[in-house]
Parts: sequence; structure tokens; C-alpha cells
Amino acid sequence: MAVKFEKTGDGTYMLDVCGYVCPHPQIYTKKSLEKMKEGEVLEVIFDNPSSKETIMQMCEQMGHEILEEKTEGGKMMLKIEKG
Amino acid sequence: MDEERRNTMWAFIITGALILISLLYYSVNIYYIYLIVYIWFGFAYGMMLQYGRFCFASASRDLFAAGVPRMAVGIMIALIFFSLVQAFLASVNMSTFHPAPFGIHMLIAGTIFGIGMVLAGGCASGSLYKIGEGNGTSILAVIFGLSLGQAIFVDLGGVFDKLVPQSWAESARAKAWIPSYITQSGWFDQYLVGYVWNKPQYTIAKLISGGHPKAIHYFIGNSFINAILPAVIILVLVYIKWARKGFIKKRRKQKGTIGLGDELAGIWAMITASKRTSLMGVLIGITAGIHILAIKAMQVKFGVNNFGQLLTRMGHGLDFSARAKLYDPSFTATLSNIKKIVGDVTVGNTVFDPGYWYITSQEAQFGAWILEKLGWNMHDNMFFGYVNGVPELWRNPALWMSLGIIFGSMVMARLQNEFRFKWPKGELYVWGILGGLLMGFGSRPSLGCNIGAFFIRASGGDPNGWVYGTGMVLGAFIGVKFFNWWTERKMAKEMEEF
Repeated sequence: MAVKFEKTGDGTYMLDVCGYVCPHPQIYTKKSLEKMKEGEVLEVIFDNPSSKETIMQMCEQMGHEILEEKTEGGKMMLKIEKG
Repeated sequence: MDEERRNTMWAFIITGALILISLLYYSVNIYYIYLIVYIWFGFAYGMMLQYGRFCFASASRDLFAAGVPRMAVGIMIALIFFSLVQAFLASVNMSTFHPAPFGIHMLIAGTIFGIGMVLAGGCASGSLYKIGEGNGTSILAVIFGLSLGQAIFVDLGGVFDKLVPQSWAESARAKAWIPSYITQSGWFDQYLVGYVWNKPQYTIAKLISGGHPKAIHYFIGNSFINAILPAVIILVLVYIKWARKGFIKKRRKQKGTIGLGDELAGIWAMITASKRTSLMGVLIGITAGIHILAIKAMQVKFGVNNFGQLLTRMGHGLDFSARAKLYDPSFTATLSNIKKIVGDVTVGNTVFDPGYWYITSQEAQFGAWILEKLGWNMHDNMFFGYVNGVPELWRNPALWMSLGIIFGSMVMARLQNEFRFKWPKGELYVWGILGGLLMGFGSRPSLGCNIGAFFIRASGGDPNGWVYGTGMVLGAFIGVKFFNWWTERKMAKEMEEF
């Protein structure tokens, strides 16, 4: 099973970690954000509900902004701007 | 039908089915109310665990992996509230809590369990509630690791017997109240009977009262010294290490100078950062206490101290007239011969009936039940033959509690539109099974997991809880180090665009 990571535009990225359980979604999100530049946007798609709380608190503490959150068909999406 | 309506319908179907099952049990025999209580406390735990994303694995793992204190905070809050309820119940003699033998085995077992819970992606209770969310990796961890793996682990003999010190074997054989077919072989039998049972058991209340605790000793010793004080110290340390920097930076920008009031506000901000986890911490702590009260009340009402006695009254337990045969050296200890005499219970007329929230022993029973249907004799060992029994699944109260957790979580996940079946792929097969096995191996020597060995004991005044908890944190640290290395390696391959 592969983690999907795509550059979707200028300064925008998509990370799909569906199928992964804790702690993988939060580790991949953290490491992806570490590699990005300030102001760039990462869209994380995952289906492990408990990762959502952890990722949101991680962003709050690290100064990243959650631009959008969505849950549909058991899949969750968070759009994060690196702060 | 849209997703929300379909999920609501499923939530009603699951809840309705459990109500029907409960009524069915009740109509068969009033003694089954005991089992029904376990079902519904399990259901409540499942709902709260799912809503609060309450997983003991994430407490230390998310601190080390992502610097997030959410779950560590939630657990400390639950521990504080549970300890207060436990102290009250102990002071009115309505507690089912009992401390465990104290020793270094708790630290070793906790470390193994800690590694396992990080690999599997959830602790013992977390894996159950994640099954309710449709998580296939957790299904593998529970069935192959925590159930089958754990059952085999406690029944191993042969070459493993040679690892056991002679003193343990001699001490085990000296205990004549146990039939010799149980203690003559099996490494775990000799470890349990010849080593663990010789260890002392403590609660702080007993230590500070000289062995005769009163209400004040339960509150000061068990609750304050053993639970509240360490929990507050941990909260402060977590704040200093992981949450303070960001909060104080913001405050300094707003106010310029920082005082004690700001530090306290920072701790409060950390506690309330994830309201659903902290709120569920309070509710889980109180519910776990009420659970103890409910079980004790039933024991008082029926005049028993274990569900095994009720099973025997209902005709599924021990044949007392034939019991002496088990102690006859010429007794042939085949599975069918033993089961003819003990039925669903043990030689001592008991089954696993913890009297409070517990997870892993009933999973081992589930594994043993499957293995016995395949012809494996699990009744000739200490864990199943003398301590816990292997009741039929539908008459196993603690196992119903675990099913309650799964269904409670499923209902909550459906109501929040978060249920999605996720069959594991690739590496998750390995992490799920390996993590489950390590959790199973790490919960047996300590006679409990993150719930039975840590949460219940730390809040019940038994310092063992903290020894096991320290091991869990150490194990989680090792597990996170491994996953960090693994993730870096995968990212280097799969995210070349970076």
C-alpha cells in the first residue's frame, strides 16, 4: 500500500493516507508539513477518525492554519496552510 | 437513502439488537442480568472511547510522534475522577478492586505492550473501539494477536519449560490445592504460581494505615497519593515539555510579561484544547467507578463473588460430587474428561469476572475457546484451568463487555458518519498481527493491559499501575522511534517530489 502524494498546483499539495491507522496519518502529515514552505497548502485525506483530533491539535500548536475540514463517506479531509 | 439516514438506521438496528439480546438473556434466567450489565457498560465505554478518540496508545505515542498532549491529558483526567469514585466505593466496602503482585515483571510486560500498541495502531481498548469504526488492522490485532496469540502464549510447554527457574517449578508444585496436571508443565503456570503469586500486593491505603484502611486512607493514600498527585505532576511535565512554548509565545505577544496566572491559564488551555477527549475522560472515569458499584451490588444481591458460581447454579458449572477426581494422580486430564467435571468454570468454580473494566483476559478466553474447538486442551493450564475458565462464548460476561465496546463504538461512529470498513493492505497486516501479538505477550505476565494493569490499578491505589504505565511509555518511545525511521524511509521512496 502506497501513500499518495501529489503536487496539485503552485504551492499546493495533496497527501492521501486512506487505509492507514494511527500513528501513520499524523506522522506523514507532520513530515510533509516540515518539508513544505510557509504559506503553502496541504490537503490531507484519511479515514482514521482519531487522527483528525491529533492532526488538528498538532497544527494548532505548530502555528499552521486549518483552512477547511470535511467528512464524507467515512473519509476525512483537512486543508492546512503551513504557518 | 443518503449516508446520514443509512448510518442512523444502522445505529438503531445495532442498539435494538443488543436490547433484544439482553431481554432474551433475562427471560432465560434472572442471573443473566449480571452478563447484561457487562454488555451495557461495554456499550457505554465503546461510545465514549469512540467519541473521545480515547486510545491509551496515542497518549505517549502522539507526544513522541507529533508533540500532541491531547490523549495524555484525557487519561490523567479519567484517572483522577476514577480514583475518587474508587476511594469512595472502597470506603463503603462496595469495591471489587484488588491489587496485583508487585514486581519488575510489570515493567518488562508494560514495555512489550507499549511497543505492541504503537505497531498495532491502538491499545487493547483502542483496538476494540477501532473495530467498531471498521478498522481491519485492529481486527487482525485482536483476533490473531490478542486472542489466539495470547492463548497459545500461556499454554506453551516443552522447551519453554526449561526456561523456568527450578525455584518457580518447585514453588508451583508445592501448592497442593491446585491439581497436579495443571502445574506439572507449562512455563506460564510455573511463572504465575511459582513466582508471581509469591510477590506481595500493596495499596497505598493499606501501607499508610498499617493494613486496616479507613475512608481517610482510601482518599489520601489510594486517590490522592497514588493517582491525583502523579497525574497532576504528569500534566505539569507534559505542559512544560510539549504545550508551554507555543502558549507562552502567544501570551508574550499579547501581554508582554508572563506570571504564574499565565502558566495556569496555559495548563487549562492544554486541558481544554480537545474538549471531546477531556470531557470523555471525566465521563469514563465516573462510568468505570459506577461499573464497579453495579457489579458489587449484583454480587451482594445474589450472594456470590464470581459469575462462575451463578453458572454452576444454572447447571453450566462445576460438578462438586466429581471434583475430587481432578486431584487423583491417576486422573487422565484430557479436555473432555476435565470439561465433564468443570463445565464452563474452573476447578475453583470461577470464571473470569473482573468486576470492572478489563480487556485482554476475555480475548485470551476467546482464543482458547477457538483452539479448544479445534481439539487443543486449554483446561490443563493454570490461566484457563484454574483462574479464568473457558466458558462458552455466549455465557462469558467479560467477553460480552468487549462486544459491547465494539458495538457501542460502531453506533457512535455511525451517528457521526465516521464508520468505514478498512481492510488492511500491505505492511498493515504485519503491524496489526505483530502489534497484537506483542500486546498479548505484554499483558499476560502483568495480568492485565493498559486498562487492567495500568488504568484500574493506578486509580485503585496499587503502585503497580505506575510501574506498568512507565513500561508502556518506554515501549511507546521505542515504537515511535521505529516508525519514524520507517516513515522517513518510505517518504524518501514515495515522495520524491519533495
